[in-house]
This record gives sequence, structure tokens and C-alpha cells, in this order.
Amino acid sequence: MLRSKVKSIRNLTKYPRWYGLGVLAVGVGGVGACLLSGAFTLSASDILMKAPPLPWSHSGYYTAFDHASVRRGYQVYKQVCAACHSLQYIHYRNLVDVSHTEEEAKQEAAEILVAGDLDEEGNPTQRPGKLYDKLPAPYANDNVARSANNGALPPDLSYIVLARKRNEDYIFHLLTGYADPPAGDSVDDEMAYNLYFPGNKLAMPQQLFTNSVEYDDGTEATVSQMAKDVTVFLRWAAEPAHDDRKRIGFKGMIIMPLLWLVAFYMMKHKWSVMKSRKLAFLPAVRKKYTFAGYARKGPPIS
Amino acid sequence: MTLNTRWIPERKQHFILNFLSKIFTDLPTPPNINYYWNLGSLLGFCLIIQLITGILLAMHYCPEITNSFDSITHIERNISSGHILRNLHTNSASLFFLCVYLHISRNIYHNTWKNQVTWTIGITIYITMIITGFVGYVLPWGQMSFWAATVITNLFSAIPYIGNSIVLWIWGSFSVSNPTLNRFYSLHYLFPFILTSLTIIHIIALHSENHSNPTGSQSEIDKLPFHQYFTTKDLQTTILLSIIIFFIITHTPHTFSDPENFIKANPLITPTHIQPEWYFLFAYSILRSIPNKLGGILALISSITILYLILLLKQEHIKSSNHRPNLKLTTWSLSITFILLTWIGSVPAESPYTILSLIITAWYFTSFIILIPLHSNTEKRIINKNIINNYQ
Repeated sequence: MLRSKVKSIRNLTKYPRWYGLGVLAVGVGGVGACLLSGAFTLSASDILMKAPPLPWSHSGYYTAFDHASVRRGYQVYKQVCAACHSLQYIHYRNLVDVSHTEEEAKQEAAEILVAGDLDEEGNPTQRPGKLYDKLPAPYANDNVARSANNGALPPDLSYIVLARKRNEDYIFHLLTGYADPPAGDSVDDEMAYNLYFPGNKLAMPQQLFTNSVEYDDGTEATVSQMAKDVTVFLRWAAEPAHDDRKRIGFKGMIIMPLLWLVAFYMMKHKWSVMKSRKLAFLPAVRKKYTFAGYARKGPPIS
Repeated sequence: MTLNTRWIPERKQHFILNFLSKIFTDLPTPPNINYYWNLGSLLGFCLIIQLITGILLAMHYCPEITNSFDSITHIERNISSGHILRNLHTNSASLFFLCVYLHISRNIYHNTWKNQVTWTIGITIYITMIITGFVGYVLPWGQMSFWAATVITNLFSAIPYIGNSIVLWIWGSFSVSNPTLNRFYSLHYLFPFILTSLTIIHIIALHSENHSNPTGSQSEIDKLPFHQYFTTKDLQTTILLSIIIFFIITHTPHTFSDPENFIKANPLITPTHIQPEWYFLFAYSILRSIPNKLGGILALISSITILYLILLLKQEHIKSSNHRPNLKLTTWSLSITFILLTWIGSVPAESPYTILSLIITAWYFTSFIILIPLHSNTEKRIINKNIINNYQ
């Protein structure tokens, strides 16, 4: 009787055989229609080239920045980019133990002049920079920056890598993606044609040329080498905590699964009795099979 | 005659301990509830994370439009472990919403809205969470924060006669500006405490009745105490969730954030695509799908408040979708609808997507208003009556 009951519960529902196939067909048709309708649209942004992904040495889950590259990138930033772009959230102290030693960073800071305290007569003074000073901004304010760049405002580079879609890949390809405009298209004199910039007309002309920078470590300064180094430097500037974050993650991913295993074992241990219990179904409860009777006479023999 | 209370445990004599033991230790719980029933404790865990990290972040945050973006930068770069704190707060908000959606889907799938107070408060908690999440997203004062605030607060202007006054009243100014940020910060600090108290009422109301279970049948016959069995199970899944959160914040912390929000808010430059966080995208695409502004807002509000109306449905003898094939189909299609709406919300409002979103929105409402209520009738044809009687 028990067996028949289980069987009838399994047959609780009666479906025609084609029911599942029909549902599947409608689902596949719907999804297909969605995909096709998307495939046949063409928008203006399709002409734009999407930056293809590059194998960055720091893009793995447990890989740190290439710090030699960060150091070279700082040199490119300082000698090329810093003429127009600020890096307002980076202090000289951030460079210590990242790309420079403390002495080197102090020397870098001492190269600039910053506003000091007022002197005894109340006149403004200037002093050489210290480690706690920010990297200098090229322009006093946005209006100065605009007037010096044909009306275009050079963005601050602190978050530039994270603030653009396709992050490092976009920045690298933007820096190396200058070309002549295709036939039928032209750019103004102040503008440059770039394959990867949305709209293709960029106010920043090509900045990196072979040997624009002479590297300290003797690396050959090709355009792609400089573009790569400055991109890594800017990626670091966007998130100085990057290496720390991955180091903490590495430790945590070792410890926390162990903790979970302990908790999982504890759960299994506590549940083991319940999981291995056996349920009996006694269909006819007659008087001699009541609990009292069961206790007195032992289990009924069927 | 005085009762000998010597053998009654301490926790059952003490007023508060007895109350707590009824909720967390001695609570009779059906043994067959599966991992779908773990989401409640995970949500409580998410709420605690959000409260702790939020209070710590508030110690360093500055709600003032010229400083708020810089203060977030300060937290990420200068505060010790500040980046962990900040990423924890933003990313566990995402997981909070993920768990809420799974929690709601559990109730729709297994038809477990027996307790009206619990269900009503649950939906109220969800709505409070939406408001909290929205005002919280404005606080970093990035481009997407600013424009999300502008778009969403402007929706109120569609209300006839008083709309424009209400928008000005919300802004506290003539555009989204410093007073708006200040009050949003204040509300973002206040709402979690409302959320916490609603959660406590939710839990008390839930445990005053019998637990539901995946079979949807009566469970008085077989119960287990909550402590040891379900505390260990909840602990295990809580650690699992914290591993997921930890993985996200240390490996891919920017997955859920928009690149635009790394740019300081600028009222003069509008981003190309304004879109909310992923957990609001489904409501956003419902809003966009209706061509009329007021109609879109009504659709947006009703897409969430329709969950209240589920209470009006008749209580079936067989509850769970496991035994109700038509309801099962509808709940699965609702899940797919939700995912499609989320996807449509993230693509630009162009030719094929506008009509597609209209169709999917129509299907979303049809499922709730027509299909789910209809299934108690449609299923009569395919379910064997005799078996139902035996099954109970």
C-alpha cells in the first residue's frame, strides 16, 4: 500500500508528452528573436574600435604591479603628461616603496616649489616640496587650462584608468591609436584623429614618440613601451591599495575556506543522526499497536 | 501549591531569555527545509555588515558637495584599510539585494506567504532597502550618483499639480545640490535603523507561526530545535557568503560599480548612458518601457507594490511549486523575466529594445495579475483530486 501511494504521488500530474517540448520551443524562439533583433541594429558607435584586451602583468588575481614599470611610467608622466594633466590625489609619499626609495622621493619632492607659511611680515613664501605635498598641478584653475588647450580641459589623471570603460586597455590603445582620418573624414587643425576615442576627434594630439623619454634603467623608449609604462603607472595611481588588496585576498582565500570546512563538518556532524534516521509508516493503528502496547510487547510482527 | 521549577531550564524561566530562546534556540523547525531557507540569516548577516561598515565610514565621510568625492578618495587612499571598508560597504549592498531577490523568489515559488504580517513587513523592508540604497548611491557624489539623483527625483515632477513643488521640496534647492546631499546623508543614516526595527518585527512575526517547508504540507508531526541543527547550517552558509563577499572585495572590487562614478559630479556634463546599479535595473527598464512619464512611474511603483497584492490570493491546499506544474512554469518565467528586464535596463533605449522591454514588462504584470491567480483553476484539470485528499 505504501509503495502504491508513493507511486501515485509521483504521478500527481498528468502532462501530454509534447508539453515540455512546446515550452522549450517557445523559450528558444523567444531568446532567438531577441538575439536576432539585436543583431540587425547598427548604431553610430559601431564604427568606433573597441580596445582589445591585453595581457597586463597585474591583471591576474594574485599578481602585483610591475614596479619597475610603475617607476618608468612615473618618468613618462612627469616628462610628458604632467605638462597638461594634474594627478591631484597622489602625494610624493605615495611613491615611497612603490616606485622610489624614500631618499629618491624626497629628492623628487624637493624639485618643486610650493606655497609655504606666511613670513613674519605676513607675506606669502615659497618652500621646496616635502613628502607630504601633492604632485604639482600644471594649471592654477580650469579656465587657465582651457585657454591654454584650445578650449579643451585636460582631465585629472588620478582615476582615469578606472573612470573609462575597458580600463587599462582603453588608455593604452588611446595613446597608441593615432592615425590619419579615413577618406571622407577630416579633422580640424587643433584636433587629432584617434581610432579608440568615442567620436574619434580628440583634442590631445599624439604625445608619445620614439625616444620622447630617456629611461633611467636603459629600457628602449619605444611608443608602445612608454604607453604601457604610463598606463601601469596610472593604474597604480587610480588604486594605490591594489597590491595590498590582493595580498589580503590571498591570505583570506587560504584561511576562510578552512573555516568553512570546519563549519561544514560541524553541521554534518550535528545532523548525522537526523540524516540517518529511518521513518516507518504504520498504516493501520490498532489498539495493540499503540505506543503503550508497543512499549509493553515489542514491535509488531507483520 | 507552588510549581517546582527546579527542572525547568533557566532560559525558559527568564522573560527575555525565554523570548530569545523561542526565536533562536528552542524554535521548532521542520527538518526538511533546504538551503533556500538559509537566505533569512544571510540577509541578517548582510544587514549587520552594512551597519558596521556604514558607521565606520560615516566617521570619515563629509557630506558636502565640494568635499564628499574627496572624502571618499581619502577613505580609499589614506585611511588604514579604508579601501576594504568602502568596498565591503558597496559590494555587500549588491549581495544584500541578491539575497533579497532570492528570498522573495523563495516565497513566490513555494507559496509561503501564509503569515500576512511577515509578508507585508517583508515587502516594506524591501521598499525601505530600495530607498536606502538609492540615497546611499548619491553620497560619493560621482557623475552617476549625481545624475541618478537628478533623474530619479525628477520623476516626482510627473505628479499632477503638486509635482514640481514636491521636487523642489525634495531637493531643498533649485537643483540637486548641497542641501539634497545633506538630507540624503541624514536619511541614509536613519533608514538602516528603521530597517533593523522592521527586521526584528519581521522575525518575531515569522516565528509566532509555524515554519513553512518545501513540501508545503503540515509539519507539526516532525520538528527539530533550531539550535545545533539550524544554527550550524546558518553558520556554514554565512561563512560561505562571507567568502564570496571577501573574494569580490579583494579580487574584483569594481565589478558592480560604474566607471562614470570615478569622475566627480559635474552638473554641466551629462554621461552618455545614465543607469542605476544592477539591482535597480529591472525597475528602471519597467520605468523606461512605458512611453508616458506618469504611466512609467506608476508602472515602476506598481511593479514592486504588486507584491503586497499576492496576499489577496486564495490559500491553496497544495502550496509549493514542486507539486504545481503551472505555477512552477510561471515562477521560472518570472525569474527569466527579471533577468531579461535587468539586461534591458543596461542597454541604451533604442529601437529593438524599447518594444522588447514593453513586451517583457507586460509579461511581468500578466504573470502577477492573471497567471498566478489563474493557476488554482488551471491546475485542477491536471491534478488528481483523490491524491490530494490522501496527500493531506
